[in-house]
Amino acid sequence: MNRSRQAIRGQTHLWVVQRVTAMLLAVAVTVHLVTIIGAVRGGLSATEILGRLQGHEGWLIFYVVFALAAGLHGAIGLRAIAAETIGLRGRGADLAWLAAGLATAAFGIRAAIGLYA
Amino acid sequence: MAEAASLKVSVWRGGEDGGFARYDVPARANQTVLDVVTHIQRELDPSLAYRFACRVGMCGSCAMTVNGRARWTCRTHVRKVVDADGALELRPLANLPVIRDLAADLAPFFDKWQRAKGSFQPKDAPDGAVPEDFAVVPPGSKARREADAGIECIGCAVCYASCDVVAWNPDYLGPAAMNRAWTLVNDVRDGARGERLEAVAGDAGCHSCHSTQSCTERCPKNLDPSSAIAGLKRTLFWDTLLGRR
Repeated sequence: MNRSRQAIRGQTHLWVVQRVTAMLLAVAVTVHLVTIIGAVRGGLSATEILGRLQGHEGWLIFYVVFALAAGLHGAIGLRAIAAETIGLRGRGADLAWLAAGLATAAFGIRAAIGLYA
Repeated sequence: MAEAASLKVSVWRGGEDGGFARYDVPARANQTVLDVVTHIQRELDPSLAYRFACRVGMCGSCAMTVNGRARWTCRTHVRKVVDADGALELRPLANLPVIRDLAADLAPFFDKWQRAKGSFQPKDAPDGAVPEDFAVVPPGSKARREADAGIECIGCAVCYASCDVVAWNPDYLGPAAMNRAWTLVNDVRDGARGERLEAVAGDAGCHSCHSTQSCTERCPKNLDPSSAIAGLKRTLFWDTLLGRR
């Protein structure tokens, strides 16, 4: 496979990732908003948050998927904006955006693990 | 609406770094924008360069930017685009190099049709040979209906000149080339499906389309390139996800 074909394949994969993460986010953001509204009723406390999340695998998996989807989706979206507005394009830029997306996701995942443990 | 006795026409003169020249053209009943341009060239300034051929909306060569919007000048009545003050602004088509005055260079537009593999590649008869039998394509089949929807494009470049993504990314194939590719992806007689989908994928292809639909809104033939591009995206999405490419 030559370089340009490989690049086009990479761009297509980024697009597919953005569409799939969008589908995940549609569900995750809804759950997130409902949880926020539920959680703040009657005041918000650390005990309450830990009570909900500590030791619950279901919530851990939910937040790991949510953070990964949000990080990747945001970075790929910013990549498109940067390409169209300031002409930032190319393999190097793509890898940088991917790294930024994964780093953002890693912060969220670290927080989720912290609350689970 | 009160009609002005004469039209105040600003016409782009020169190349990319040219400017507007002003002409007063008598307003007439049922006058088209192409009539106005022809009047300027024949009566006022024979050096004006512009392009037309059929004058009846068949050839697609007279497209220009009329009051900021790409249109076929032969099928645009002046009264539909001017206010009571009779002001008309004419530029060459946007997103293309300017040759001179109102003539844009369509070479990049047609080059992209080639890049999008916009020519039919017979599956049963390589190298242009005549197939042994007629292909049977049921008129009601989904693929046939998808191909029919986009087949009437005459390559006027109005969609290309109206596309924001072309303006942002000069490599972007544009609506017409991908509309053509989609008709061929749906042509059951065609044998180059894989290569064509490869050619229209990625940032220079369908994946940069924002679906803002200026192409569909402005197509003088009422075609829907935006839906054609969405079809390419859909096909590539499943092919990529299911490992079919």
